[in-house]
Amino acid sequence: MASKDAPLFKIEDLHVSVEGTEILKGVDLTVERGEVHALMGPNGSGKSTLANAIMGHPRYEVTSGSVLLHGEDVLSLTPDKRAQLGLFLAFQYPVGIPGVVMGNFLRSALKARHGEDVPVREFRKLLDETLDLLKMDPAFVRRYVNEGFSGGEKKRAEVLQMAMLKPEMAVLDETDSGLDIDALKTVAEGVNALRGPDLGALVITHYQRILDYITPDFVHVLFNGRIVKSGGPDLVHELEERGYDWIIQEHAPTTAGAGKGES
Amino acid sequence: MGTKVQDIREDTGGYKYGWNDPEFKAVNVPQKGLNQGVVAGISEMKSEPAWMRDFRLKAYRHWEERPMPTGFWGGNIQNYDLDFNDIYYYVKPVAEQGRSWDEIPAEIKRTFDRLGIPEAERKFLSGVEAQYDSEVVYHNIREDLQKLGVIFVDTDSAVREHEDLVKEYFGTVVPPNDNKFAALNSAVWSGGSFIYVPAGVKVPMPLQAYFRINTENMGQFERTLIIAEEGSDIHYVEGCTAPTYSSDSLHSAVVEIVVKKGARVRYTTIQNWSDNVFNLVTKRMAVYGEGVGEWVDGNLGSKLTMKYPSTYLLEPGAHGEILSLAMAGPGQHQDAGGKVIHAAPHTTSVINSKSVSKGSGRTSYRGHLKVYPGAKGVKSTVRCDALLLDEESRSDTYPLMDIDEQQVTIGHEASVSKLGEEQLFYLMSRGIDEAEAAKMIVNGFVEPIVKELPMEYAVELNRLVELQMEGAVG
Repeated sequence: MASKDAPLFKIEDLHVSVEGTEILKGVDLTVERGEVHALMGPNGSGKSTLANAIMGHPRYEVTSGSVLLHGEDVLSLTPDKRAQLGLFLAFQYPVGIPGVVMGNFLRSALKARHGEDVPVREFRKLLDETLDLLKMDPAFVRRYVNEGFSGGEKKRAEVLQMAMLKPEMAVLDETDSGLDIDALKTVAEGVNALRGPDLGALVITHYQRILDYITPDFVHVLFNGRIVKSGGPDLVHELEERGYDWIIQEHAPTTAGAGKGES
Repeated sequence: MGTKVQDIREDTGGYKYGWNDPEFKAVNVPQKGLNQGVVAGISEMKSEPAWMRDFRLKAYRHWEERPMPTGFWGGNIQNYDLDFNDIYYYVKPVAEQGRSWDEIPAEIKRTFDRLGIPEAERKFLSGVEAQYDSEVVYHNIREDLQKLGVIFVDTDSAVREHEDLVKEYFGTVVPPNDNKFAALNSAVWSGGSFIYVPAGVKVPMPLQAYFRINTENMGQFERTLIIAEEGSDIHYVEGCTAPTYSSDSLHSAVVEIVVKKGARVRYTTIQNWSDNVFNLVTKRMAVYGEGVGEWVDGNLGSKLTMKYPSTYLLEPGAHGEILSLAMAGPGQHQDAGGKVIHAAPHTTSVINSKSVSKGSGRTSYRGHLKVYPGAKGVKSTVRCDALLLDEESRSDTYPLMDIDEQQVTIGHEASVSKLGEEQLFYLMSRGIDEAEAAKMIVNGFVEPIVKELPMEYAVELNRLVELQMEGAVG
């Protein structure tokens, strides 16, 4: 049941398998309204699996645990229902959809999010403002979704969608990967502009770079399918200086077989 | 994706045009089956000149002599139990053709009202022709175009009113012995459009013909002939629908087009026959110097379609385009594609085929690209993309290339893809439900063809695609 007192977003003991291999082995995480959490970790730790499982990708099988939005378990819901409730995933690798025009797609998505059509004028205004915020060419909306986009354009398009759909809980999956510093700054500015008391966010990243621009309230380290360390923003700098090796070493002995079947 | 499209079609009425008009009574007394007497009878009822009667009888002999096609072309029609003796070859709907909709019998007019034809005519067409079973019941063309010498009549009227023109071109682009079904059409043809565009005249808005079958076990054999004189420009659009019956109907048309120097003809088809109709059609254009001939061929309906619009590029600078869209659902086989024959140097062509198969439906692309020796500087690109919506569906590509000249540039690309899980997930992650997401992906897939249509038809085609998609996923 949805509840006002429940945290915005809560993951409890989440176990997820992909093609029979367990990738997440009990993840717990709580994000309150207005908080930005960073989830860091070495390659293969399960970061993208978590992002996909939260959104309900059919290839990621949740074997136990729960994902609660406003106290309501969303795991039995299809991805569209989760999105309608206010979940959002900014993809690491947004897929191209030939022939589907960005503007039409945005309009359909907005309609789905609000449960009703948005008047054209209102839509235009929101679109123009958001394009401006993200320093994007208005011609962008006439292109096909993610088709022939550069890496930077793809990531900006993800943030554009996030800005227009105004989710309550956003998961950004390696939104920084493949971006040069200017593109990174623009994307970070876009995300920062959306920060506020109503938005919860989980910023997933391998590098601390994006966290120089989006300062998280909390930082977690995911390793071998579990969150092994949590802390404040200082943890980012510790990781920057020391890398992941000390964490791997701290946890490797107790997690025999770490890294198997992961990529 | 467990739901079968068959189940859904019943729920949603999937095919919207499957009603029939039970009050309709033919003017003649239709008889099933085909023999020489039936062929001669059709000619007699139409009071045709002797040369046309002889043309028909000769064609009938070809029809009798030729076996069913079993070679490269065709979709294995011998595997179906289509009984040519259980078909009506001539059903005359009205005694007199109308020039205004008020002159049409009420029940027939109601049918075309339901199909939206008079409304489309008022809004965006230069002229309209409506065929009901064997004859054109209505035709009209804007007066200003008539004054410029544009002729747009049914082919039967053309034989009477423009005999010399018809005689000069009829059967020259598609000879009666071209193939089994061209022979059949040549023997029993009735209705269809005759269009003549004088030199330099550009017809601003499309001329449209609408072909409607009403009678059960009907055979509709319209014959269309388009002559575009030098530097002229014309866009012809045809639509077709039929009632859904449990027994077979047959549609076997022949379309001949002559595109003279510097002229441009675009021929657009939105074929949406009910899925008990065999659609066996021969379409060909001859394109002369600097002329442009374009087929936009949309196949959504029918049980089995065998249709490969072809373009003969006969003089330097001629350009041909074939844009083909096929959608096959349960029990349907769209055997479509196209042919381009480069018979002169510096001729260019583009074939772009898109097919979507779902619910055990089958699509085939059959193509022929031929370049004659000495046709230097030919450029051609062929692209066929197939999209499969489920595991039961099937798509095949049969490209035939005969390139007998070295100095040419030929490109060929083909792809078969399955409705992508990643694409569905992406759209759904934005709140769009699975059925809507699948529609968006399919509409996106066919967009390169749809965008070539006039706006009104693009909207209609997108709607038809969506209708076809109802329940395909979910």
